[in-house]
Amino acid sequence: MLPRFQIESDPGPDFVSLIKNYGMEPLALTNPIQNLPHGTTCVAIKFTDGVVLAGDRRATSGHHISHKTLDKVFQSDAYSGVAISGAAGPAIEMVKLFQLQLEHYEKVEGKSLSLEGKANQLGTMIRQNLPAAMQGMVVIPLFAGFDTREKEGRIFQYDVTGGRYEEKGFATTGSGSLHATTVIKLGYKSDLTSTQATELAANAIFEASEEDSATGGPDLIRDVFPTISLITESGYASLPHGDVSSIFNEIIEARISRNETHQ
Amino acid sequence: MSMPFYVSPEQMMEDRADYARKGIARGRALIATCYKKGVLIVAENPSNTLHKVSEIYDRIAFAGVGKYNEFDQLRIAGVRHADLKGYSFSRDDVDARSLANQYAQMLGQIFTHEMKPMEVEILVAEVDHEDEIPRNQMFHILYDGTVKDESSYAVLGGESDAILERFEISYKHNMTLKKSLTSCIDALTGGERQISPNDLEVAELSIQNGRRAFRRITGTELEELIN
Repeated sequence: MLPRFQIESDPGPDFVSLIKNYGMEPLALTNPIQNLPHGTTCVAIKFTDGVVLAGDRRATSGHHISHKTLDKVFQSDAYSGVAISGAAGPAIEMVKLFQLQLEHYEKVEGKSLSLEGKANQLGTMIRQNLPAAMQGMVVIPLFAGFDTREKEGRIFQYDVTGGRYEEKGFATTGSGSLHATTVIKLGYKSDLTSTQATELAANAIFEASEEDSATGGPDLIRDVFPTISLITESGYASLPHGDVSSIFNEIIEARISRNETHQ
Repeated sequence: MSMPFYVSPEQMMEDRADYARKGIARGRALIATCYKKGVLIVAENPSNTLHKVSEIYDRIAFAGVGKYNEFDQLRIAGVRHADLKGYSFSRDDVDARSLANQYAQMLGQIFTHEMKPMEVEILVAEVDHEDEIPRNQMFHILYDGTVKDESSYAVLGGESDAILERFEISYKHNMTLKKSLTSCIDALTGGERQISPNDLEVAELSIQNGRRAFRRITGTELEELIN
């Protein structure tokens, strides 16, 4: 039957309350589960006309590498994207719900949420995941998007309680974030071009993968590379495989030649 | 003891249908038609914000005429139904036929059981493609829950018979967007009056738009297509 509500109980444009009305409880996992796959390093960097989001492709369960091709950077709507780290299952479910929420709102209301509104929405979802996070199923996403009102790229970081922090230049998340942050710090300036920002993000992921066992680097055997996406005034676009592959191949070449001179 | 007046069921249904038809006839009409790349929906609508044509799901659009608050309620119910279904199963499982049946049931139920029938006529359109050939479906649903399956075009709202007659003459299979739009506008106006682009609501459903096939055609793009 088509969903019909009394005016007092109408969920409005909120998809999460709508599914709760149907007895489906999203993101509610209360039993501790050990050794679930975890995703790792993701970065977001602002540049002059937007923002770049990048993430590695590895998921680990303890010391075991459980996935080599997991995508952690998702498009959430036309002008925004989410990168996830933490327990892969709940994180992917959260992203799916977030994407649906934004689309649902847009269709019901006839216009999109503001970037600020989207960021708050994601914060609420992380907060709802808190009971699961207490059991070890932490999900920490990075949210980045192009603010069509302010005409600039913006980045939001979160903590487990759903606390939302807007970052001025860049943000990182996941187990390799320490190394990724250092790389970005050294190369960051406020007027990066999209190419410079993309290369910086790729370098950050590369270094994190060298230093952190839970972060995957470029996988030349399987031709799998970290994901890189750009969000600008023209919308969200994933960098094509060929471009990502050449960026990482250049990094690798540079490292090889550097090592040769050491010998 | 007072006895309620006896009204025959035939009379009651006829009165309700008349009431609904009158409400619908007051509003302006819209045309939905297949064209080369999908489905085009053209509505006369002086408002830029209160839409008659909207997106329901990836390949499904909704159009309504009659009382705005009533068809908008149906639209939102449709979006909820589709999003819930896509969330519980898969995006591919959301289809226009099932949604049209749900609408028909709801309208039929209201028509027979509630005080006042809904003064609306709605359309659920879907685009799909097989080997690059568009396969479109349109369901025209009336105030009493009658469903009509239209293969190439449908006219909803006031003066729909006259508009349909005019449109039938100019309709051709596989028209371009521009030609299709022109013949929709000509059929709506009867060639007697001018409609400014501001009083038109135009949207298309086309596989070429990516996952979400629905796209509004507005502003300069619309002006260029009309001129």
